[in-house]
Formats: sequence, structure tokens, C-alpha cells
Amino acid sequence: MRPAPSSVDATQDLLAEGRYVADRSLATALFLALKLGRPLFLEGEAGVGKTEIAKVLGDTLGRRLVRLQCYEGLDVASAVYEWNYPRQMLEIRLAEAGGEANRDALAKDIFAESFLIRRPLLQALEPHPAGPAVLLIDELDRTDEPFEAFLLEVLSDFQITIPELGTIKAEEPPIVIITSNRTREIHDALKRRCFYHWVDYPDARREAEIIEARLPGIPERLTAEIVGFVQRLRKTDLFKLPGVAETLDWTQALTTLDRLELDPRTINDTLGALLKYQDDIAKIQGSAAERLLADVKNEVAANQAVGV
Amino acid sequence: MADLTGMDDPVIRDLPPGRFALNVMHFARALRAAGLPVGPGRVLEALRALDAVGFGSRQDLYWTLHAVFVHRRDQKELFDQAFHIFWRNPKLLERLMQLVLPQLENAEHSPVKEPEVSRRLSEALAPERRPAETAGEEQQEVELDAVMTFSDREMLQAKDFEQMSAAELEEAKRAIRRLRLPLMQVPTRRFRPDPAGPRVDLRQTLRRSMREGGASIDLARKRRIVRTPPLVVLCDISGSMSRYSRMILHFLHALTSDRERMHSFLFGTRLTNITRDLRQRDVDVALERVGRNVEDWEGGTRIGACLRDFNRNWSRRVLGQGAVLLMITDGLDREAGAGLEAEMERLHKSCRRLIWLNPLMRYDQYAPIAAGAKAMRPHVDVMHSVHNLDCLEDLVSVLSEVGPRTAEPVTSLAA
Repeated sequence: MRPAPSSVDATQDLLAEGRYVADRSLATALFLALKLGRPLFLEGEAGVGKTEIAKVLGDTLGRRLVRLQCYEGLDVASAVYEWNYPRQMLEIRLAEAGGEANRDALAKDIFAESFLIRRPLLQALEPHPAGPAVLLIDELDRTDEPFEAFLLEVLSDFQITIPELGTIKAEEPPIVIITSNRTREIHDALKRRCFYHWVDYPDARREAEIIEARLPGIPERLTAEIVGFVQRLRKTDLFKLPGVAETLDWTQALTTLDRLELDPRTINDTLGALLKYQDDIAKIQGSAAERLLADVKNEVAANQAVGV
Repeated sequence: MADLTGMDDPVIRDLPPGRFALNVMHFARALRAAGLPVGPGRVLEALRALDAVGFGSRQDLYWTLHAVFVHRRDQKELFDQAFHIFWRNPKLLERLMQLVLPQLENAEHSPVKEPEVSRRLSEALAPERRPAETAGEEQQEVELDAVMTFSDREMLQAKDFEQMSAAELEEAKRAIRRLRLPLMQVPTRRFRPDPAGPRVDLRQTLRRSMREGGASIDLARKRRIVRTPPLVVLCDISGSMSRYSRMILHFLHALTSDRERMHSFLFGTRLTNITRDLRQRDVDVALERVGRNVEDWEGGTRIGACLRDFNRNWSRRVLGQGAVLLMITDGLDREAGAGLEAEMERLHKSCRRLIWLNPLMRYDQYAPIAAGAKAMRPHVDVMHSVHNLDCLEDLVSVLSEVGPRTAEPVTSLAA
């Protein structure tokens, strides 16, 4: 297990090691969160790399990743712990058959740790030989307010109380990353305890770097065209703009089809990798795509002439 | 914030205690009439507190009474106004004038300047004047001119709302009480203990059984919790809807304080999110904020453009978790429904249920012939007439109706 980075630059290098290209603002927010032991709250559109940060952190710091995927109605039984009832029932029956009459002893046996089913939050707080975990609370906006309130408590004390076992407290708090797609506004009380960062779409240069880091060996010209095209798409008025994940998908699709440069037909055929709404596809397909592509080609040619 | 510097008042000290107690009581009654929850117990407490503090100065009097009567931040303003009006005895002022206190040269404390007084308060301080029914008051039964016109010019102005009268406040409160109706309930994944519930609660069963020492296992049961889906309101405040906007805002404020998941938007020529403004507990303060923040009162309507804005920037954020959407508009669109249909379709597909309240539908001959209304019509689950939007009850009845999401729009006439 590696220690946390000691500066913003080190944080950026650490992420780069995990093939994650972060801009300065994100690296700063992450560095502060690690340094001050606060959760990092990442909000942004789908597919800009929020969840990926937690995975990369786990990998590079050599910590285990505990992931809590949120959904509406998530409760303590599926987020923290649950007792293994069938086994407990069996235990009671066995005790009866064996003529065990000591009630207190039985209760102790029944609610022993071996009957406990650990859910993500408990896993993240329990002492572990591999050291503290990276706790990823994914898509928190999908839960409802009661769970948020409960989480507030957990994140302030890093302890959980199970009536039969007592209080379980993390020796060293885990690194907490919370992500949200903003399908509802998270309550201010929770945001206040975190470092907040809005993860935005990358600019052209950074997007090219991301493609380079994630899918090495793509011809430079194709990368430039892909990035140019996607960047222009994000300036058009679409219902759902393509994220970085879509860019990478599309790049992979194009290399699978052995394309070395973009042409209108290929774009029309593979637009489904970029745009996920029929209205958007209908809007871009055909003439609009051709126009965008012509712009991109001109730009790439100009850059090459200058030798950028 | 009350400015009480230089308010030391030697005269208050000289008031006979009996008379003073009476004044405190009258003051408390004025506060109660203005809507602050002040009971007789509080008056006694105030007298005791004043006794403890002593009648040293006006400032002490202010803060002592403040400590007793105010227990929410939004009551502060009302208290402040009431105090300054009530305890400004003209006789006291005259005596002060004779003493020629230098502070009185401050324009702020000159008795000439009448501060703007909350309407609730002036009613409370002058109870013999009947509330409402002044000559300029709008009639209750509104005769709508169904002429399909609207102003072409966007009017950018901050509207100064007439404040809520005590009678209206009472009515709104009653309406809120009626609002606690089973609005369409949807099941959640959570459970609550219920002896007659359909499922076995094993965790509880075992805990209970262990209390008995495992001798017997009687089953504890549980049932799914149901809750109301979030509600999102899109309300038209263009010129043709202006006569309703005030009552609708009262209604939205009532709803906001009643429900946990509620978002409100106003649109005319642009879209404004007023959810946070409405979270103020005091209705006057809330409406005043809305009036400040919304810029396109009573201008034209660009329904298409506003819906587009909503779809792009807000729909994913507020329509999650299966929200019910309530649109309040007459469908008269300046741009004659341009681009409206596509946006309505998108809107309809991203919410649980779309209810359209249309004040024009009270006319028997009404048919959605205006281009805007025509474009909206196919994408609405329920289209309701609201006979009289001034009356909150119609709205409540529309909202508490449980109905399935239908493919064919249903037109029902509110009784």
C-alpha cells in the first residue's frame, strides 16, 4: 500500500500512472480530499470519468475498492449488513435438538459474526489486513433522502452500530469518493462535508491525451479527427452530449472497422456509438455530419501544415 | 435587522406597571392577529421576562419581547415592524421632540417617514377594518376574455406582489390541511413493520425469538412503504394568465411546505426555477423573493423555447424518480407552437404522468384550436379544466386524483 500523494503534481502523476488524464482542478480537489481526509464529491454528466477515478485510485495506491451502487430505496440491509436468517434458524433448531437450554448463550451464538453478511459500507469500515479501502459510493442521486441522512452520519464518524455486536469503527477512515449524475440535487448538508468538483467534458488537447493513454497506438491523424468531431458535436444542440466514454467506444469501433480516417459513410454507420437518442442521431446524420467533418478535416490539415 | 441605536427611552420606564402590562397584552394580540403563534402563556412569559430584565430601555424591551415572541427566523421581520409601529406612541414622540434629541435629525427615525408595512400587520393593528373587499379588488368569479391575444413585447419588470391578507392566509392554511390527501402512491423498496403485512420480517422475528430464548418463533411481519412521487410544476405567468398567477403562487407555496419532493418553475418568455424561493416558511417573504427573481411577468409566452430549456437543463435533474408533472397554462403561444410538439413529446416521455390544467376549458365550446394548444394536446395524460383558478380546491382535487398513465389523453371536466 502506497502513502497518499504529497502534492497536486504528485496526485496528477499518480492518476497518470493509472492511465487517467486529469486536469489541474480535479487533481487539486482530489489532493485536498486525500490530505484532509474528507470525501470527494464528483458531479457531472454521464461518461466523463467519475467512477473511473475511484478505480484508478484503488489500483495505484494498492488499496481494495469497495463499491456501493446506489438505487432508489436502498436500505441498511443491503448497504450495511444483514443477518443470515436461514442459518440462524438452523442453529436454533440444532440447539433445541441438543437440549441446549441456556438462553443467553444461544443468543450469543446466533448473533455471532459468522452469521453476519457484510455489505459494502461495513466492508469499507472494518479493519482489514490490506489496510483502509477506497469506498466508492456510485450514483448517490439515485437513492432517496433518508439514505442520504444515514450516510451523513456514517461519513462523519466512520462508525456503524449493530445492536447485537456493538459499534464497529474504522481504525483509519477509508478514502471516500461519491459520484452523482445529478438526476436530483443532493442535499447541501452532505455536500458541505465533502470537497465538491464538477467534472466537465475535456478540451480537445486533453481528450487526445485520454485516447492516447487508454487506447495506445491509434494513428495521430485519426485521433485528431475523432477529437475534432466529438468536440464539435458537443457544441451542437443535442439532448445528450457524447461523454469521454462514448469517444473511447467510438474510437474502438473505428479501429475495429480498420478505418484510418473519417469519412461521412463511416460516421453515419457508427453514430450509435456516440449518440444515444434517436432525435440526436436523426439531427446529425447525413448533411450535418458532412459539414462537421469538412470543418474537422480543414482544421487538421491546417494544423499539420503549421506543424503543430 | 432592527436599528435600535439611540433608542433609549426614559419614558417607558415611567409608565405605570398596570398600564404597561396591558400594552404588552395588546401588542401580543396584534402579533397573534398578524399570524404569529402567540398564546396567553407567552404574554405571561413576556411580562415575567420584562420583570427580570427591568424596564431600562427601549432596546431591552425590544430584545426581551423578541426573545419571547419570535422563534423562527422568518417571523423576525413581522415582529420588527409590529414593534416599531406599536410602541411608537405619538405622545412619547412629542415629548422626545421637546427634548430635541439629536438622533431625531436622522431621517431614519423621523416620524414623518412611513415605512412600508406588511398588509397582514396593518389589518392586525386595525381590526375594525374589514380585510379584502376594497374597491380595486379583483372579483372572485373571473370572466375570462377568450380572445386569443397576448402581448408581443416582452415586459421585463419586477412585479410587486400584493401581500397576502390574513383571511387569504387562513384559507391557504385550510387548503394545506386538505392537501394531505393520498396523492398517487407508489411502492418503494423499503419496508415498515406491520402486524398484518404480507411479508415475514426475519430480522425482527429472530430478535424477538431470542428475547424468548428461542423457545418459540412467532413471525413478525412487514409491509412495503408507499410514498408519493415527486411533483414538478411548470406554470405559465404570461399576460393571458396574469390574473391567476398570484393564487397559483400561494398554492405552490402551500404545496412546497407540505411535500418533501417538489419543484416549481415559472415560464413566460423564459424559464425560472423558483423552488428555493418558495421554501421560505413565511408566504409573504417567499412571494416577495419570487417577484424579485422572475423577470418576465405578464409578457408574452414562448412555450416551445421554455420547454426546450427545461428539457435540456432541468428535466434530468428534477424528473428523476418518476415525477408527476403539472403544467398550468392556457396554451396560447406567441410563436404559434413552433417546435412545441417535439418538446412536449420529450417531456411526456420523461415523466410518470403529465397533467395539464387549462383555465380556458371552462367554456363549453373550448377546443384546442390555438396552434400551441393543438401541439400540446396529444402529449398530455389528463387535461383538466379549472373553473376558477382563484380557488385552490379545484387544484387540490385534480392533484389527488389517482389515475393510470394512459396512451389516449383523457379529458375530464372538474366537477
